[in-house]
Amino acid sequence: MTENEEKKLCAEALIISGVKPEKCMKCGKCSGACPSYDEMEYHPHQFVDMVSKGQIKKLMESASIYKCLSCFVCVERCPRNVMPANIIEAVRALQERPQGTDRLTPDEVKNILDDDTPQQLLMAAFRKYSR
Amino acid sequence: MEYDYYPGCTLKNKASHLDICARKAAEKLGAAMTEIPEWQCCGGVYPMAGNETAQKLPAVRALNEAKSRGRDLLCVCSACYHVLKSVNYDMANNATVITKANTYLENDPWYKGETRVLHYLEMLRDDIGFEKVKKCVEKPLTGKKIASYYGCLLLRPSKIMKFDNPENPSVMESLIKALGGEPVIDPFRNECCGGYVSAEDTELTEKKVRDIVESVKAHGGEMIVTACPLCMYNLKKYGDLPVKYFTELICEAFGIEVLEDD
Ligand code: SF4
Ligand code: SF4
Repeated sequence: MTENEEKKLCAEALIISGVKPEKCMKCGKCSGACPSYDEMEYHPHQFVDMVSKGQIKKLMESASIYKCLSCFVCVERCPRNVMPANIIEAVRALQERPQGTDRLTPDEVKNILDDDTPQQLLMAAFRKYSR
Repeated sequence: MEYDYYPGCTLKNKASHLDICARKAAEKLGAAMTEIPEWQCCGGVYPMAGNETAQKLPAVRALNEAKSRGRDLLCVCSACYHVLKSVNYDMANNATVITKANTYLENDPWYKGETRVLHYLEMLRDDIGFEKVKKCVEKPLTGKKIASYYGCLLLRPSKIMKFDNPENPSVMESLIKALGGEPVIDPFRNECCGGYVSAEDTELTEKKVRDIVESVKAHGGEMIVTACPLCMYNLKKYGDLPVKYFTELICEAFGIEVLEDD
């Protein structure tokens, strides 16, 4: 990925997430409250910061995008209404968008099925892991 | 009191008791729930990326249907509630989504977020009142120490959900009290159970559930109640306390019998 391509993806991530990183005052409240903090290589406030600096490649390649639970705690706690979860979602969407990059394919669904699996989990997994 | 009702897929299947008990209890409380015709799956999670308008259309259809009948739209499932309410917020506040969705659906007049989306628990608290709930109790849950588990979807983001205090909610505790039980306040009640990540990262989900269940036990809880089929699934799969839907609890206290394979 060239520097230019990376910048373009960052701009796109900001558009689809609706996040305005200049609002962030780098207080770290989002990351401090994140239940997946320990699991993540890059934390919610870093997603905001790195995308604004044109560095999205590392984020797209990181397992951190799959550790976000979409629990909205970071959105709730942010005093500046930055919505870090939305930018993580956007990075994930950009990572999964090219053909053949789906994290979950219909063939793999049987692996997560048991007698109690709620439809809600299947729908959510498809929406989060394939585009 | 009459409501339009959006059950959602899971309540028609794995979480049928959440649905059946909600209907039976509503009957006793004098609230009529009319399932809206031809509803479609809400998608399970709110499409957070701004370019995903198509994924929001099933919710818009349901919201507009309720508007055309002049009724509030009632949900029992946390996830459906979260999705419908979030999309409704977009339809009132996001010009791009409003234009795209209305144009695509050829709505005339345009839908602009007019419908009131409410959760069954809000109906109990705000429309029916817990005093009336109390009067319907025939078998009080005396001595039962019950922990409410709210999770994420009912509460956050509170700017949109406006369901309860996101850090110190109380609606389920009020319900447990009205049913004669003893609410246990557990600090993990608004923490995430791992949600959809259980589809691929069972270790992470297990950790989250263990924290929740251990905390409930440490606070003296003997049972957990939830409004979410996915929380129910994760809590049961990785935890070792009994978990019930809040509507099952209501039916138990109301003396309404629900058969296992109902
Ligand atoms: S939404 Fe994701 S990033 Fe934000 S607090 Fe929850 S797990 Fe962390
Ligand atoms: S809580 Fe908000 S303002 Fe603070 S670092 Fe996170 S995104 Fe920035």
